[in-house]
Amino acid sequence: MIFYASMAVAGWLLLVGLYGIVTSRHLMHLCLCLTVLQSATYVMLTGIGNRRGASAPVYAGGVPTSAPVVDPVVQALMLTDIVVEATVVALLLAITLQVQKKTGSTDPDNVSVMKG
Amino acid sequence: MELLQITMLAMAALFGTALVFAREPASQAVGISFYGLVLALMFFVFQAPDVALSQVVIGAVGLPLMVMLTLAGLKRRRE
Amino acid sequence: MRRVSRLTVFFAGELGLAALLTAAALHEPGPTSERDRYRVATTAPSVDLRQVTDAVSAVNFDFRGIDTLGEEFILFVSVSGVLVLLREPEAEERGLIIDAADAGRDMKPTSAMRGWMVGTVGPKVLFGLYIVGHGALSPGGGFQGGVILATAPMIIYLADGFKVFRRIVKFRMVEIAEAAGATAFLVLGLLGILAGREYLTNVLPLGEANTASSGGTVVAISWATGIEVCAGFVLVMYAFLQHVLAKREAAE
Repeated sequence: MIFYASMAVAGWLLLVGLYGIVTSRHLMHLCLCLTVLQSATYVMLTGIGNRRGASAPVYAGGVPTSAPVVDPVVQALMLTDIVVEATVVALLLAITLQVQKKTGSTDPDNVSVMKG
Repeated sequence: MELLQITMLAMAALFGTALVFAREPASQAVGISFYGLVLALMFFVFQAPDVALSQVVIGAVGLPLMVMLTLAGLKRRRE
Repeated sequence: MRRVSRLTVFFAGELGLAALLTAAALHEPGPTSERDRYRVATTAPSVDLRQVTDAVSAVNFDFRGIDTLGEEFILFVSVSGVLVLLREPEAEERGLIIDAADAGRDMKPTSAMRGWMVGTVGPKVLFGLYIVGHGALSPGGGFQGGVILATAPMIIYLADGFKVFRRIVKFRMVEIAEAAGATAFLVLGLLGILAGREYLTNVLPLGEANTASSGGTVVAISWATGIEVCAGFVLVMYAFLQHVLAKREAAE
């Protein structure tokens, strides 16, 4: 049940993020809609790794290895992803600053990449 | 716990939609910080403390700082 | 293409995507024994085989270490991209980087707030080092601790302005630290080859579970990653601040 709910939320965030990117009128709004897209993948991965009634995959303090835990592989995928995507968003924001310096506008419709 | 998980999922969907429909980057700057917090709470409720740790710091400190600095840079160039 | 026709094409595509996503979600098998293989292969063995009680760190730095190496280098390259894009060579030469607060245009926080902010720098650094160092025991590791460590210079900037920030955070040292962190990860992987096995094999002494010295290369790689992530974020912040605070007179 939680599985299908998280798939639905992930799908909804994906579609809304895509809509935001396509209808965006400001390059920074575009970058932040990309963040929403990324969080759609996080929600989906959480839903995949989740198990009913299981706890966190940490055995510190003498928890026996037979205790039910959620999947640590998807968590490992997610946590490096979060940190790395933050720097990629920083790169996109730096590109936005340079685009404004070169062309004077931040509207994606007015920025044509290939000229002449 | 299941109820909490469904609530956090619903909140994530709601705030994600609100973030996309806020057209001005200035109003998105605060929204993204709050959305990061909601996501971190969701990871915590789904038994993923490592992910919640990195999401809290990135989403509440790192990303809003960069967004604010970019906004300041854009405004300054337009003067 | 006109905007309306663009939107029509987009919505058609979105409906198709939504249909495909629904079909895929309905076909997904629940937690069956097929999909459980990864969980079974990484949770109990991380304590039994590697003496690491935090299974996520074991997956990140040991079982799936080569993936983390790739992701760390994505971070490295993004930070280099930001530094290249935001350089202001003319302003650098003429020494025109000033603090906007000095120009009287910005608000400086009150002394009560500044005292509070400066007081939290020490605990932040300590907490960040704790999270990095205990990555093998409890939730934590290089990535989380590195970002927490990087918030300390941010607070210094917010409390005291760019001049103090630049005095405390030397650009050259942070650059060297970032490169050192990335290289250390590579070199620690080579230890496995030197021991006659594969790249990134865990060859350092494993210790006992639940102690601070358990895990072998997991702890060492965690430290290397923590230094690299912290330095990367501080560099990004430095580049943004320099770009935003450079005086306009450079163009006149």
